[in-house]
Amino acid sequence: MPAFTIVNALGRVVSASTEGLRTNQGGLRACDFEDAELNTYIGRVTGIEDEPVVEKLGQFECRNNRLAQLALNTEHFSDSVEEARSRYGCDRIGVFIGTSTSGILQTEHAYQQRDPDTGRLPDSLLYRYTHNTFSVGDFTRQYLGLTGPAMVISTACSSSAKVFATASRYIKAGLCDAAVVGGVDSLCMTTLYGFSSLDLIASQPCQPWSEKRSGINIGEAAGFALLEPLEMTQSKVALLGWGESSDAYHMSAPHPEGAGAIGAMQSALVAADLKPGDINYIHLHGTATHTNDAAEDKAVVNVFGAQMPCSSTKGWTGHTLGAAGINNAIFSCISILENFIPVTLNTTQQDPSLSANIMLASQEQSVNRVISNAFGFGGSNCSLIFGSVD
Amino acid sequence: MQVYIDAVGIMGPGLTGWKDNVDKLRNSTHYEFIEMQDQNTSLLPANERRRTTHNIKLALAAAEDAVSQNKTDRKQLATVFASSEGDTEIVDKICTSLTYPGRPVSPTHFHNSVHNAPAGYWAIATGSRMTSTSLSAHHASFSAGLVEAMVMIANDPAPVLLVAYDYPPPDPLLAVCPMNTPFSVALLLNREASDHCIAKCKVEITPGDNYSRIDNDQLESIRLGNPAARSLPLLIMLAEKNNGSVFLPYLPGSLLNIEIEQC
Repeated sequence: MPAFTIVNALGRVVSASTEGLRTNQGGLRACDFEDAELNTYIGRVTGIEDEPVVEKLGQFECRNNRLAQLALNTEHFSDSVEEARSRYGCDRIGVFIGTSTSGILQTEHAYQQRDPDTGRLPDSLLYRYTHNTFSVGDFTRQYLGLTGPAMVISTACSSSAKVFATASRYIKAGLCDAAVVGGVDSLCMTTLYGFSSLDLIASQPCQPWSEKRSGINIGEAAGFALLEPLEMTQSKVALLGWGESSDAYHMSAPHPEGAGAIGAMQSALVAADLKPGDINYIHLHGTATHTNDAAEDKAVVNVFGAQMPCSSTKGWTGHTLGAAGINNAIFSCISILENFIPVTLNTTQQDPSLSANIMLASQEQSVNRVISNAFGFGGSNCSLIFGSVD
Repeated sequence: MQVYIDAVGIMGPGLTGWKDNVDKLRNSTHYEFIEMQDQNTSLLPANERRRTTHNIKLALAAAEDAVSQNKTDRKQLATVFASSEGDTEIVDKICTSLTYPGRPVSPTHFHNSVHNAPAGYWAIATGSRMTSTSLSAHHASFSAGLVEAMVMIANDPAPVLLVAYDYPPPDPLLAVCPMNTPFSVALLLNREASDHCIAKCKVEITPGDNYSRIDNDQLESIRLGNPAARSLPLLIMLAEKNNGSVFLPYLPGSLLNIEIEQC
């Protein structure tokens, strides 16, 4: 992973996330998204409204692609891709992006502007380029001038973890030499009011693993990583393994014993040829809903025991849904690069019914290998293992 | 890349089920466009079925058609679900409810809104905890799904069920997202040749835009009218039991060159 970038409620550069994690300064704010009337906190990225998509890709204009563009423009990420392009060729770099709601906000706005007589949507709605699930993949590919294999994975909140698995398989199969992976999900009324309808929205900043936890805060984020075979690149962190599974249980609730999550973590260990004791830290999915945390707690204790340090970073950024996988992945890499385990922000006391070793204070310690979880609706699970490169 | 096709499932106008309709694809003079009614899937219990949508039923019906043709252990199948548009019926319902006072989004609509809803229902119905990818590559979604399935098989010997499906949007979305018929297709893919093998399939991504078309006007109109039906030239070749190759559109400027050799 020679290059990566993340934009979230903590800021627009990786160092903003590092700084936030190190100083326990979260990015959540009382909900001020458009005219939403919900008593909750959100992880909004400020200033998206003022930064349109570049003119030559103007048809892709929507909040989701604006957010993608912000991330592509930071950390010299586009330059790193350009450099890879000159080495491999534009047709040898794949693009695999995760999103859950794509540019649905654009369609939400268009429904407010339907013709009162005919019901017709306004001509300004370019559905294919904004709302179609492939939109952000298409945009990223064209923005970076890449022509290799591409697709958008949309498996709810595991989407942008699974892109790492897919990209690795494509490289292994020889369909591309390198890949841009990423995740982009932006605020919209569908998720704010949708999660609210399920009673899963917290009125305060979320408190993962706390007895008082009452749900999620919705956030938005865009992140990208360049993946190349280890021998081809100089990189301080690398993807060591991945595991995927399905819950086969319920559309919006996790398997109560964490059966799918256990499968994903165990498969990741097998793929990385590691034992549970080789891991230093678990970056939890940790959404702070009652059932999600309870299921993940059972799963991590089952695989790693009750001593393994764990934390959730949802208290900093909110739950960024389709971008949660990449957000978690990059936070895991920050832990490795900084030799640092973040606290579980906002949580002062662990729910006594939960057994995992949740960090209630940050820790400076050697972190060589991290497992990063992302679980989603439809029972879609993905665990990634990242490690330092000697 | 190479894979064996063990079974095919199909749901489209006049094409509800592979075994009963393969003759119409083999000899298109037998083909007649009959508007497709909603297909009921026995995969889901009645209470779950009521909570699902046209789109979910369409995807599961093709999946069920493919896996019911031989004794496949459904629990052991990895899956790929490919759809250009996802569930536009749900998009319409949610976006409409967001225009009402208080924005009363239905929780059932919301949990069905995820692109991986059919994959979720499949896993619940079959009890399968295997890997599953749900994806979109716009009109290249079938091709992208086939590549994803083949890459999964190259990495892991578990057989893969590929399902591609798209259901036409309701008004007013139909005007901004045109589609002329529901269509779904499922391919059961295996790394090794089995007793059920229909054909060996080699796939290569190649530059170009000269993809295969269909002589029969009605079938060609279906091919163009639904992203999942971009698979039809391949399905016709499988139905004809001929060896040969077809070119399916992949991403702009590229094709899948698919070589078929009958088992």
